[in-house]
Amino acid sequence: MTTAAPDDRSPVAARGQPSNPPPSTTGAVVELDHVTKRYGPPGSSPAVNELSLTIPAGEVCVLVGPSGCGKTTTMKMINRLVEPTSGRLTIDGRDVMQLSPVDLRRRIGYVIQQVGLFPHMTVGENTGVVPRLLRWPQARIRERVEELLDLVGLEAAAYRDRYPSELSGGERQRVGVARALAADPPVMLMDEPFGAVDPIRRDRLQNEFLRLQSRVRKTIVFVTHDVDEAIKMADRIAILQRGGILAQYDTPDAILSHPANEFVERFVGADRGLKRLSLARVRDLELIRPVLVTAGTDRTDARRELQASAVDFALLADEHGRPLGWIRATDVDGQGPIDPERATPGASLIEPETTLRDALSAMLASSVQLGAVVDEDERVVGLISVDQISEVLQSGNLPGKTDATG
Amino acid sequence: MTLIDELGAWLADPTHWTGPDGMVTRLLEHVALSGACLGLAIAIALPIGLWIGHTGRGAAGVIRAANIGQALPTLGVIGIVLPLTANIEPYGFDLIPSIVALVALAIPPIVTNTYAGLRQVDPEAVEAGRGMGMRELQLLRLVEVPLALPSVLAGLRISAVQVVATATLAAVLGAGGLGRLIIDGIAQQDDAQLFMGAVLVAILAIATELAFAGLQRIAISPGLRGRVQAARGSAADV
Amino acid sequence: MPPGEPLLRPDWVVNNLDVIGERLGEHLGMTATAVGVGFVISFALALMIRRHRALTTAVIGAAGILYAVPSLALFAFLIPFTGISFVTAEIALVSYTLLILVRNILLGLESVPPDVLEAADGMGYTSRQRLWRVELPIALPIIVAGLRIATVTTIGLVTVTSLIGQGGLGYLIVVAGINAFFPTAIYVGALLSVALAVAADALLLAAQRRLTPWSSARGGTA
Repeated sequence: MTTAAPDDRSPVAARGQPSNPPPSTTGAVVELDHVTKRYGPPGSSPAVNELSLTIPAGEVCVLVGPSGCGKTTTMKMINRLVEPTSGRLTIDGRDVMQLSPVDLRRRIGYVIQQVGLFPHMTVGENTGVVPRLLRWPQARIRERVEELLDLVGLEAAAYRDRYPSELSGGERQRVGVARALAADPPVMLMDEPFGAVDPIRRDRLQNEFLRLQSRVRKTIVFVTHDVDEAIKMADRIAILQRGGILAQYDTPDAILSHPANEFVERFVGADRGLKRLSLARVRDLELIRPVLVTAGTDRTDARRELQASAVDFALLADEHGRPLGWIRATDVDGQGPIDPERATPGASLIEPETTLRDALSAMLASSVQLGAVVDEDERVVGLISVDQISEVLQSGNLPGKTDATG
Repeated sequence: MTLIDELGAWLADPTHWTGPDGMVTRLLEHVALSGACLGLAIAIALPIGLWIGHTGRGAAGVIRAANIGQALPTLGVIGIVLPLTANIEPYGFDLIPSIVALVALAIPPIVTNTYAGLRQVDPEAVEAGRGMGMRELQLLRLVEVPLALPSVLAGLRISAVQVVATATLAAVLGAGGLGRLIIDGIAQQDDAQLFMGAVLVAILAIATELAFAGLQRIAISPGLRGRVQAARGSAADV
Repeated sequence: MPPGEPLLRPDWVVNNLDVIGERLGEHLGMTATAVGVGFVISFALALMIRRHRALTTAVIGAAGILYAVPSLALFAFLIPFTGISFVTAEIALVSYTLLILVRNILLGLESVPPDVLEAADGMGYTSRQRLWRVELPIALPIIVAGLRIATVTTIGLVTVTSLIGQGGLGYLIVVAGINAFFPTAIYVGALLSVALAVAADALLLAAQRRLTPWSSARGGTA
């Protein structure tokens, strides 16, 4: 049986639907106004060229592009690890050049690819670095560290006194995020934060991070070279091309459905229609009513039900309604109870939170082009078919996203 | 008379223990001279190592100079300094040449190991520190030095042991220290004195080695234990 | 120093070139003997350690203790047994090379990538062929780095043997120089020994670059 990985993020809620406002928006508006960075002398080709972006408070803005596009440089100008050559950067209207780099950086969380945990400090000390730099009282630092470790899903009592060398890659990454959140900064910068973990763990960390973000609501500038990651994480994507030129800045759906130019089209890939399927969930589809049979069902009844159904397969289930395999009309010829031996074993079990893209992959991987949508107890609630998804692909209308604008 | 008998007789004389030229005096002189020279060397070498390690500026030249410095024979340096300071009162003849030579001996390992230690610090950790709003000195104090500590201490350890061992040569010019027992022993064909001088200086050198090993164990963060091993392995090649 | 005595009397240098040359030759001979004998012993010890890993701690530990004993003290230990002699000087000099050489030979052999060893085995090298044709050439930069350190250290230590009646250039520094209050001899001895150390180091480095053109050759020198 194949189970498509569910994606915990609700696209509607996470995309800041106005009807369901977050508990508190602690992020700040980040604005770049004609920002240019040149490493060489005046007149040389810039690394970032006249870049203007407005990142609304509490949103995730992903900077994505090929290497040499200036995405990391752009991000580092926000905390002045790189000084802009010209232009204006503001956070909540305050010009970053007016602040001292040190004060500025203490108000911006920073997470980098190798995490950069200090190996000589314990998890607790690492997490409390910025509060200590800000001279918080010991008791408050301690309390904050506990709160943060809890927030990123690490039990404080078990982890506080461990050293980074005693953690797994994923745990380190979480400590890195906790550390960046320590002083409750309105803005977080993340430079390929999940680049160094393997794909399976990366997926889990991404989901965890999105869940965390739906609670903390920071303004996040996220750098990656991976389009899929950008589509998954972003409220808005800024696609940069070589020389730091902004090719397109929009929501993932708009970028996938209406790429601004040939560069964007090529960068997001020929399968952008397919990628767009990541933006919708199985629960947004209208599910097909399944024909459920058990080992005791009479063949005549099963035949009758299949004839009335929209699909050619019945789902053989156990006594709790959990699917075991597919039964074809030809498997139920003759008389008597159904013979479970004749079923095609292995049904794709799909959860309602699964993206359409993952559901499609799961269905294509099985011999039957159907997926059994199951609830938490693995009981079948309905079916989806490959045909339904290809219809979405052809029409270009994502289910549940009818209000999406380009 | 066998060496054992000679030793017994020599050690039975209390002036050889606590007299003005006794072992206690010589030992204290030796420790004082070594400590002063190591202290001077640290005061000179540590800032240089930290500076070139943190900024990377001037590193190539300094390291090349340190490597040449390591090739200088201590007796050669003593000899070169002696004629220049011989007429300076009161220590120009017996002490200053030895101090210069011992400080010169101690500086290169401290500089090169401090530099190497700072350069080995994970650049990601430095960038993380800077990105979190550490000032340069905070970065050095909170991140770079603790991470470089295994290498820095390895350098101090090499220097300390070399200084303690080489301080015996100060006796060549008539200064004190355990070398006196050896030099006088050779001159007076007194094998017992010679032998006791050698024993004491060997014990002192090994004790210094062990003391620094202990210091490394206490001072280095347990989070770095894996790296401590590595640093020890490479430092001993100097 | 006698007042008015110049730091360097060129005429003394010119008139005593034969003496200086003799002492320089003696210095070179003592160094070469010590490093040569030390290398042979170290090589044997390193091969022994490779066969019997359990010996590592004992051998390195013993060499480490010898290394930590000050040179003058080591001479002193030996004098009651071997007298004030060339043998005393050489035993001490050789024992100082052991730690550096054994350690670097082992480090060098360990630096050979396991896939290379596997490839060599796969091609049918015997273990002796593998050692001479594969492992040693790859280990050479680190071994030479050890030789450089050992040689430079020994050149410095040879000067100290002047205190027990040997000494090469150390004789000029101590006996002809310091003891006789004669700066010219001190300078000739000191400068020549420094020059010798620097030259030997450069020569060995050049030789190693020649022998292992594939390596950038900085391994092992700190």
